[in-house]
Amino acid sequence: MATTVNSEQGSSVNRRGFLNFLLGITGLGWLASILYPVLKYLNPPELPEANISSLKVGKVDDIPYNSGQIIKFGRTPVLLIRDSEGTFKALHGVCTHLDCIVQYKPDKELVWCACHGGSYDTDGNNLSGPPPRPLEKFAVNIRDGELYVAKGEA
Amino acid sequence: MSNIGTKIYGWLDERYDLTALVEFGKKKTVPIHRESVWYYFGGLSLFLFMVQVMSGVLLLLYYRPGADQAYESVKFIVTNVEFGWLVRAIHSWSANLMIFAAFIHMFSVYFTKAYRKPRELTWITGMIMFFLAMGFGFSGYLLPWNELAFFATKVGTDIVGVVPGIGEFLMKVLRGGDDVTGATLSRFFGFHIALLPAIFSAFLGLHLMLVQKLGMSTPIEYEKADNSNLKTMPFFPNFMLRDALLWLIVLNVLAILAVFFPFGIGPLHWPLGLKADPFAPAPAGIQPEWYFMFMFQTLKMIPGKVLFIEGELLGIFAFGAAGLAWTLVPFWDKKSARGEKNKLINILGIAAIAFIILMTAIGWL
Repeated sequence: MATTVNSEQGSSVNRRGFLNFLLGITGLGWLASILYPVLKYLNPPELPEANISSLKVGKVDDIPYNSGQIIKFGRTPVLLIRDSEGTFKALHGVCTHLDCIVQYKPDKELVWCACHGGSYDTDGNNLSGPPPRPLEKFAVNIRDGELYVAKGEA
Repeated sequence: MSNIGTKIYGWLDERYDLTALVEFGKKKTVPIHRESVWYYFGGLSLFLFMVQVMSGVLLLLYYRPGADQAYESVKFIVTNVEFGWLVRAIHSWSANLMIFAAFIHMFSVYFTKAYRKPRELTWITGMIMFFLAMGFGFSGYLLPWNELAFFATKVGTDIVGVVPGIGEFLMKVLRGGDDVTGATLSRFFGFHIALLPAIFSAFLGLHLMLVQKLGMSTPIEYEKADNSNLKTMPFFPNFMLRDALLWLIVLNVLAILAVFFPFGIGPLHWPLGLKADPFAPAPAGIQPEWYFMFMFQTLKMIPGKVLFIEGELLGIFAFGAAGLAWTLVPFWDKKSARGEKNKLINILGIAAIAFIILMTAIGWL
């Protein structure tokens, strides 16, 4: 008699265990069906970027010697430098350290980032401070007295 | 009048057994000893949080999120809206004072080892609220959409991106894209006024419940001494009135600061400045709020590469590990749990404070 009761209890525990297992699986599936779209929703979609390969900046003569300016190359800030000898250089304007926008320091003839004091030479090589990599170069072309900045090195 | 009060009490008591609550409140006591002064800082943080909620709701009446409206609406608040400057000043000052009070609360609990068994979870919930408070500070800083905020957010979110594996994803989720844009502002606004307050309130409720359940902690040396000698005072009304007095004093201090220094003083300042421009070079003097300064300064001082690891990655991991160890202190400080003195904890705590003060000072100089 006692054994029957035990085996009955055992089977009911097994059935309960099995049902709990099924319930757990269903619960996980249910959770996943909520979490998956939420995680996907959190990740912002890629915005189509106008694919600019070249940008007309303006007349060469309008840009002073030993100066720098940020130009909008699509959504990318580009630092256009004219050094004290009149040579044009264009660099990706975003510091390789932590994403701040760099500027040209005419007094030191250097590229400088105000956020953490990193500096680069006018060819984009990181000189001092925290920047781990050089700034990417952009090509500068002059046609008919007009200045163009383009992707890739000249 | 009192008759109506008694009737309402009776009505509620019949249904919800208020008398049990009142009895519980009568039994609530606060230990009196040389360290008692630290008991006030938790309540003070709570008071300042309530000020934040109220002033925040007021700011919401005029604030408009979005890259083309946020800066203008904050400018409108401080220039056109009557007492708008005051509400913004109160919100900013109270935010800073709240973090400061929470810092003191945290360190006093740390040094008196009030986190030891059985209050481990009280400490953990407190630490979670501390990190959430920093999240409030970080997300709120961007909302005026000015130059300083823009670059501080660029740097702060870029740091997240350095974490291997999930960093890129996290950074994109925080920014709402690859760069800090109006999409970031929308998200931070949502974090600041909905997500963080909801999570914070849950932990605050839990924290306060645990404090009620376990009562005030007594420092080890007083606990070990003959317990019958330890003096206590009733919470109602003695301690509550002291709390209320302190809150009143702090409210006055807050009012004085907000009226005389609506845009802050010294390194503690929040001028509106220029509107954020994603195509302008970062201005000199970019700095985060003072409670992030020590981390910011440390990252600034670590070279680009340490051996072959990127410097910032190393810094982030060091801070992450230190923060985790600090949060889990009740679980590895076995000595305090047994009621023994643990000098190592004091040394680590003093080192942490010294490091924070030193780095903050270097950052400000």
